[in-house]
Amino acid sequence: MTTATKSTGTKTANLFVGTRKGAFVLKANTDRTKWDLSDPIFLGHVIHDFVADTRAPGVMLMAAKTGHLGPTVFRSTDGGTTWTESSKPPAFDKVEEQAAEESGEHKPELVGQTDLSEKPADAAGKAKRAVLRTFWLTQGHDSEPGVWYLGTAPAGLFVSTDNGDTWSPVKGLNDNPSYTKWFEFGETPDGQFLHSILIDPRDKNHMYIGVSIGGIFESIDKGENWSPLNKGIAADFLPNSDVEYGHDPHCVVLHPANPDRMYHQNHCGFYRIDRPDNQWIRVGENMPEGIGDIGFPVVVHPTNVDKAWVFPMDGTEVWPRTSPEGKPAVYVTTNAGDSWKRQDKGLPREKAYLTVKRQAMTSDHSNPIGIYFGTTGGEVWASADEGETWQCIARHLPEVYSLSALES
Amino acid sequence: MKVYIPSPLRSYTNKANLVEGEGASISEILGNLDKAFPGIKFRMIDEHGRIREHIKLFINEDEAKNLTVSVSGGETVHIICALSGG
Repeated sequence: MTTATKSTGTKTANLFVGTRKGAFVLKANTDRTKWDLSDPIFLGHVIHDFVADTRAPGVMLMAAKTGHLGPTVFRSTDGGTTWTESSKPPAFDKVEEQAAEESGEHKPELVGQTDLSEKPADAAGKAKRAVLRTFWLTQGHDSEPGVWYLGTAPAGLFVSTDNGDTWSPVKGLNDNPSYTKWFEFGETPDGQFLHSILIDPRDKNHMYIGVSIGGIFESIDKGENWSPLNKGIAADFLPNSDVEYGHDPHCVVLHPANPDRMYHQNHCGFYRIDRPDNQWIRVGENMPEGIGDIGFPVVVHPTNVDKAWVFPMDGTEVWPRTSPEGKPAVYVTTNAGDSWKRQDKGLPREKAYLTVKRQAMTSDHSNPIGIYFGTTGGEVWASADEGETWQCIARHLPEVYSLSALES
Repeated sequence: MKVYIPSPLRSYTNKANLVEGEGASISEILGNLDKAFPGIKFRMIDEHGRIREHIKLFINEDEAKNLTVSVSGGETVHIICALSGG
């Protein structure tokens, strides 16, 4: 996950690692200089997300898929000692055959080949969508214990009110009359993901989501209705980049100390917004020349609203999505993106082509806070001083899909 | 009848690779299998009753391409997961 979990008051960090072939837990000593790696959990299962509930000690969820089997959610209520599968995994509503035929099967089209003006606006909910991947987990508002939200591929939003045991579609999104025109621009190579489910800590009814490809959307009535929030965001891959939706947000975060401040790493740059303004500002243009502002994750400081970290990747030509020039670095801003500082002490100096996925960078709540990222090459890197110095705390893991931190 | 369970699904069957099945069709067999081993059906069949992309079901040596295919008591059902990946 890309937003820090809350401190429970002590300083022993636990890092939950979701990978392409199982989950792991890294446990730190009190000064976070030494880390112990657990045995694998669900070895061989695809774990897209692995998070712990900051409201309920011991509750942990995994968004999982298993080889060619259908997607599901694994859950623990005893801190990971035992795990069970959701008794009702997320699934779209079953639709009648005739209705499905009338609306057409759900076949996302390639980017650039979609004529939005001809998209039926009322087909959502009729197409025979099936959940292919459970992808993103977000715990609900603090006032709603047991509530969790889940994002899937194809784009779907699901809610559980029983700590992940049973899941129901959020019909206001999944069956929204505008679903088709919002989300059928196409899918990314690994699917069309609904991610970055953000709950306003001041208002349980106020939510945001990101969809790749589709854009950022906001609801002020707990998911009943949604509106695009993409003004100012580039969509250079579309024939007409000045569109209301159809963007490719990679990761969106809402600042816990000021939920009106949001940051957003997009396929086309890095952005900031201060609500109620509706205009995103591309502060990534302030990144050093030659580095650019392309990447997947973004992490914010838990209390300093102007401090955030990104992991730039090469977005030129064929999009290698690796560290620019093979020289990996984290970049930090302390002024909300107006300027950026390179942080690479301890990281490989050259010939290191790292990729960090959108859920694979996170922070803890220590002082100074720890910053962590996992790579597709199976490494986990940690900084105990807010990015100033780095050490590799795990190697030889499967491809890292997600990281989340919880202190215990 | 006998139902062969592939290894990725044996976490549901207490590691058994062969279980008893009941039903006059694939749909009934899988439905009864799910009652005995909750959750197993959804890993093979999506929310619209379609066999998932890389799952194949065989009655003896004949592939059942949908859930309506009839099964007699003396046949054997094989659940097959595709082999792929690295």
